[in-house]
Amino acid sequence: MNVFEKKSAKLRYRSHKRAVMTRNILVYALLVVISVVWLIPFVYLVLQSFATYYSPSSFAPMLPGPAADAANAPVFTGENYVTLFTSETYPFWRWWINSFVIALATMIIQTVLVLGTSYALSRLKFKSRKGIMKMILLLGMFPGFLSMVIIYFILKLLGIQQSIFSLILIYVASSAMNYYIAKGFFDTIPKSLDEAAMIDGANKNTVFFRIIMPLSKPIVVYTALISFTSPWGDFMMASYLSLGIRDQMTVAVGLQQMLSLANMQTYFPVFCAGGVLTSIPIMILFFWLQKYYVEGVTGGAVKG
Amino acid sequence: MQDNNAVLASKLEYLSLNPLEKVLYRIKHFFLGIPKAFAKFFRAIPSKARKEARATQGVFHNIYEAGRYGDVFTRLSFLLMGFGLFFRHQIIRGALYLAYEVFFVVFMALIGGPALAGMPSLGQLGSITYRVVDPVTGLDLESIVNYDDSFTILLYSVITLVLILLFVVLWYTQLKDSLRLQRENVIGRRAKDSDTLKNVFDKSYHRTLLSIPMVGLVCFTIIPIIVMILVAFTNYNQNHLTPGRLFDWVGMYNFENLFASGASTGNTIFLQVFGQVLLWTLIWAFFATFSNYFLGMIVAMIINLKGIKLKKVWRTVLITTIAVPQFISLLLISRMFADNGFINTLLMDLGWIDAPVRWLSDAVIAKVMIIVINTWVGIPYTMLISTGLLMNIPDDLYESARIDGASPARMYFKITLPYMLFVTTPYLISQFVGNINNFNVIYLLSGGSPAFYFEGTAIPIQVSSTGVGRTDLLITWLYKMTVTSPEKDYGTGSVIGILIFVVVAFFSLIFYNRSGSVKNEEEFQ
Repeated sequence: MNVFEKKSAKLRYRSHKRAVMTRNILVYALLVVISVVWLIPFVYLVLQSFATYYSPSSFAPMLPGPAADAANAPVFTGENYVTLFTSETYPFWRWWINSFVIALATMIIQTVLVLGTSYALSRLKFKSRKGIMKMILLLGMFPGFLSMVIIYFILKLLGIQQSIFSLILIYVASSAMNYYIAKGFFDTIPKSLDEAAMIDGANKNTVFFRIIMPLSKPIVVYTALISFTSPWGDFMMASYLSLGIRDQMTVAVGLQQMLSLANMQTYFPVFCAGGVLTSIPIMILFFWLQKYYVEGVTGGAVKG
Repeated sequence: MQDNNAVLASKLEYLSLNPLEKVLYRIKHFFLGIPKAFAKFFRAIPSKARKEARATQGVFHNIYEAGRYGDVFTRLSFLLMGFGLFFRHQIIRGALYLAYEVFFVVFMALIGGPALAGMPSLGQLGSITYRVVDPVTGLDLESIVNYDDSFTILLYSVITLVLILLFVVLWYTQLKDSLRLQRENVIGRRAKDSDTLKNVFDKSYHRTLLSIPMVGLVCFTIIPIIVMILVAFTNYNQNHLTPGRLFDWVGMYNFENLFASGASTGNTIFLQVFGQVLLWTLIWAFFATFSNYFLGMIVAMIINLKGIKLKKVWRTVLITTIAVPQFISLLLISRMFADNGFINTLLMDLGWIDAPVRWLSDAVIAKVMIIVINTWVGIPYTMLISTGLLMNIPDDLYESARIDGASPARMYFKITLPYMLFVTTPYLISQFVGNINNFNVIYLLSGGSPAFYFEGTAIPIQVSSTGVGRTDLLITWLYKMTVTSPEKDYGTGSVIGILIFVVVAFFSLIFYNRSGSVKNEEEFQ
């Protein structure tokens, strides 16, 4: 190798390194922009929750914006959080407990049912398997809330239409519709594992709980998270069942009521404070379970 | 060029095309394949019908055999379900069958029979309010008596029909089983209850796992949908709300009212509105699904790049936004983009714009904004799902591609995208369906505004009373029609619900049947 060639290799290496550097800088810039954009509404929520009143043009209490009258600009206060817990008209605490009980119960039951359904549809071979999958696909195409009235009558028939906790039954009943993601995950686990266990005399139940489940922690966590967050944020069914009775509301319905009925300027910050308190349990859940899903729900469990 | 538009004869010709032409060729063939797929579907009908006929014949043949060759227990099973099983050591199953029969008979006698009898008329008597003077206190009392309730009759009859169907299926299975057991007995095999129990966790494990979800689906999804479809053929609306008033079958009136009568009075506004809403629904579903899918995948790939630090931080930031419930974040964003909201104030202060931009109140801008804001909602979910899938793609594929000198773009289109599409097509379809029925984003962001505006023509009630707007999807229009409008026109609402179903089913079945992942779901195991 002569001197000239050596130099050119070095140069090439340098230019490659420079290209990677530029690429990385661009990528970091992009990621920072993305993070800021995604966090703005959350920051706005937190800041507004401390405002004395709502001014459409101000981002935060201390930044009134020149368009607003500076003297009357909203200022910082913790009053909104106190209002939430003391208000007679808006029993926020009660709503929060309702939502929490419903979401927790739904999460536990639904996770079991979704995983069971996905496992059956993915790894057990039986005659009506394709038929059931197609049927679920078709059922998902009907606009769900049209059946709200009918579901209400069914609950009445069962004699439990008066309680907000019948929501648990409704959410859980549609578990089978959410099998897609978990089934996709189970599909990627090699069949040979099941077969080896079967040869060793395990039955299908043992294979499911002893072999597949331990490999599927990320998808269990993902399913649990989704089954908690969707009832927690559901608005339509909950508002239909609560029938405007204050004690029977969930957080979503209650906060919505607060915004639509009351004085917008006064209650928007209270709404935001409620929003912050509503987001907290899910945040805790997310941070607690972080190690399972941050690498991606569908990855890493099995390879090759 | 002209020649390329014709169907290419061989794979060699396809390979000689340049990349753009290849893409065009593939797209063209995707759409050209659709009529072919339909033709195939219709051509398959006779053979499928024959197959079904044979299966039905088999059912009757089995019943005939049970009557012809069955012993006394099997024959008794014709009347008493589970009898044949009961006396052949399958006591648990026999008892369950018998229990269902007892329940079924009692149900039919008490509820099912009367409900079915009332189904053709949906009730005869409404409610009567009459006044009586209380003999003791002398007060004038108002009392209401309900005689029939159309809605309950309808609901009960649907439930009865489902139970009858179940009865027929169970009756047939137990009959077939008891004949099978009888024959196995002859050759010396004895069924045992312990086998039944063992099968719960082994041979029929799929039944164990699926029974509860399926019961849930039948009770809270299938029965409501059947009732909903039936309601489309009734005049259930504000003037016929139950309890109190009856509604009745009106045949195809709601369908005709939607389409034909509009045309006959020369009033095409309803059709115009319907057409526009439908078009926007499809455009929205397409862009919302694919923008989230591809942008989410790209974000996941960027974070996955080698040499990028703090991967966990970037992912956590995005995922945290899932923690804020949609109804809060979307309401906040809609306030920020209001005409006098924070974004407009900021831009005017910076001097970039002179007048407020009507982000969510101008039809065109609002539509674009809704799709853009929807990516804010959707990207974290797609990222969460695709990160892992992307890591599952074997590294050696990329390695060998790199050695062969493939560019990153080429690797993306030849390796990453096919793999991702393969694994996620069912998810993609369910997202598309979900977006057509996506209520939250539209309702919370724009509420459907701005309104349609027509001058000088009579506006049909389904349009005027609901306040349907130009960013409304079919689903939000439906919501307005049945929940917020004073008309509460469930009949028309159900018709639109059925139409939504037809549209969605049409598009998603095309994708479903043409995607590889359904056909070979085990390819990547």
